[in-house]
Order: sequence, then C-alpha cells, then structure tokens
Amino acid sequence: MISGRCAACKYLRRRCPSDCIFSPYFPPNDHQRFACVHRIYGASNVGKMLQQIPSHDLRAKAADTLYFEAKYRIQDPVYGCVGMITQLHQQIHNAESELAKTQAQIAFLNSNDHAQESQVQNIETKLHPDSNILILPEQINAAGGLWSYVPASATSTDQTSWF
Amino acid sequence: MGGSSPCASCKLLRRRCAKDCIFAPYFPPDDPHKFAIVHKVFGASNVSKMLQELPIHQRADAVSSLVYEANARVRDPVYGCVGAISYLQNQVSQLQMQLAVAQAEFLCIQMQQEPNLPAQIDQDEKSFLLSSNFNNNIPQYLGFASSSTVNQDPLKRESLWT
Repeated sequence: MISGRCAACKYLRRRCPSDCIFSPYFPPNDHQRFACVHRIYGASNVGKMLQQIPSHDLRAKAADTLYFEAKYRIQDPVYGCVGMITQLHQQIHNAESELAKTQAQIAFLNSNDHAQESQVQNIETKLHPDSNILILPEQINAAGGLWSYVPASATSTDQTSWF
Repeated sequence: MGGSSPCASCKLLRRRCAKDCIFAPYFPPDDPHKFAIVHKVFGASNVSKMLQELPIHQRADAVSSLVYEANARVRDPVYGCVGAISYLQNQVSQLQMQLAVAQAEFLCIQMQQEPNLPAQIDQDEKSFLLSSNFNNNIPQYLGFASSSTVNQDPLKRESLWT
C-alpha cells in the first residue's frame, strides 16, 4: 500500500520518494494547491523552479506565491494577478491626486489666514495711542479686508462733514 | 509560396510553423526572448492551452500579462509578481494614512477660520474619509517581502502592455 504520498505524487500517480521536491510544500490534505500550480506551470517547471532555490524557507514562500499566481490566473485567464497590479497602480494614482488636492487646499487656507493676520497687524501698527481714529470690529473682519474708519469725533450726531 | 520566417516559438521548439500557429501572432521572430521567458516559466504546452481557451480578441492581452508574470518570476524566483503586489499595497496604505492626516488638518484649519459655519466637506471627500476598506477586493499580502536581489522600481514603473 502506498501511503504518505504528497499531493503532487498522488496527482501524478507516482511513488513519493523520501527526497521528493514537492512533498514539504504540497501536503496530501490540500489537493487543490498542487492541481492549480500544475495546471498553470506544469509539474516539471514547478520542480525546476523549486530546485533553483537554495533554502527550505524560501522554497516554501515560492510555493505559496506560485499557488497564489496560479489561482489568480485560473480566476482571470486574461490578466491573472497582473490585473491586481494595474488596479493598485490606479489606486496609487488616485490617492496621490487626492493628497495633492488636499495639500493645495490647506496651503490656500493658510495663505488666506496669513493675509488676514497681516492686515490686522497693519491696522494695529498704524494706530497711534493718541489717535482719534475709531475702528469698528466688524469692519476688520469683513471679507477682503475692506474697512473704513470713523473718526472718534464723528460719534456726534453731525456726520455730514465726512461725506 | 514565399517562405515566411517561423515565429519565435516554432524557432525555439524547432518545428514547422503552421499557417494557423497559435503562437505566431503574439511571438514574432524578431523577439525570441519574449517566448523564451514564457516557455521557461509556464511551458509552451500550457501557454498554448491557455490561449486556446480564450477568444481571439483577448489573447494579445493574455500574452502580455503572461510575459509580465514570467519576467517577474525570473527576476524574483521566490516572490514573482506577488512581491510587486505586496510593495504596491504598502504604498497604498501609506498614501491612505497621509491622506487621512491631510484631510483632518484641512478640517481643523477650516473650523478654526470659520468656527460658526458647518465644516464644508463635499460628499466624495466625506465618504472617502470614512471608508474603511480602500482595497475593496484585493487580498492583503503585506507579509510578503521581496528577494533582496529584486529592484522594485522596474515593476513599479514599467509599462505593462507593449
């Protein structure tokens, strides 16, 4: 009775030798894994690729990635996992555009803020403590920094001299 | 009948290139490397089966993607294309974080400047900010690194389609 064969040797209907290149990476309880890679790459190519890799850990990773790519090729026979790469490039492009747009908006808000602050500072530096100029708060905050001033003397009822 | 040159596949496989050769439209004789690399990774027989299962108008794209994957696998025998996928997913995550930070900063500045007005976010930005699953259908393979010999830049920037 042939027992303990790996999934590859079971699939290929052959004896599983003790140094079988496939057995550490294609356990008998997962037939689909080897079936996928065999369908896309062929057992011989998979064996050659694994043999090229010097360490067991890296061979295990290689087997995993071969399975991943084979699975995606079966699901999408035209693009395989390259379709995923295209999608990711698109997502990166979209995110970069969105980021640039947001950073431009921040820069715009910051420049507006600085413009208003410097206008306020200009008004304050021009004011002399003895000045008889009265500046109304709502005029400082008006859009575009438009403001007018009313001399303190104009608080009297007679304003005609200023118009 | 003028003898036209056999396609790259038939040249490599040393066989007569039939008029209806399945490889001939996609593997011209002036680019032997293209078929050689696909044959090395997938095998001529498997490539032929894959192409036969596809309608004619999809075969050119299929060949391009097979060539891309084969090149990636030869450059990086351990991770192949998956190395590039992992790298790009990482980039997407980082950009998402930067974007979230920038959008939060934008909202803060807006609210500081106009505290009496509701935050002006358009619907697209709102749903983008709140979306928790940016990579909708793409499985995360962030754990896959890449072999140290691989230069990620070519896979990042090279044109996928010839």
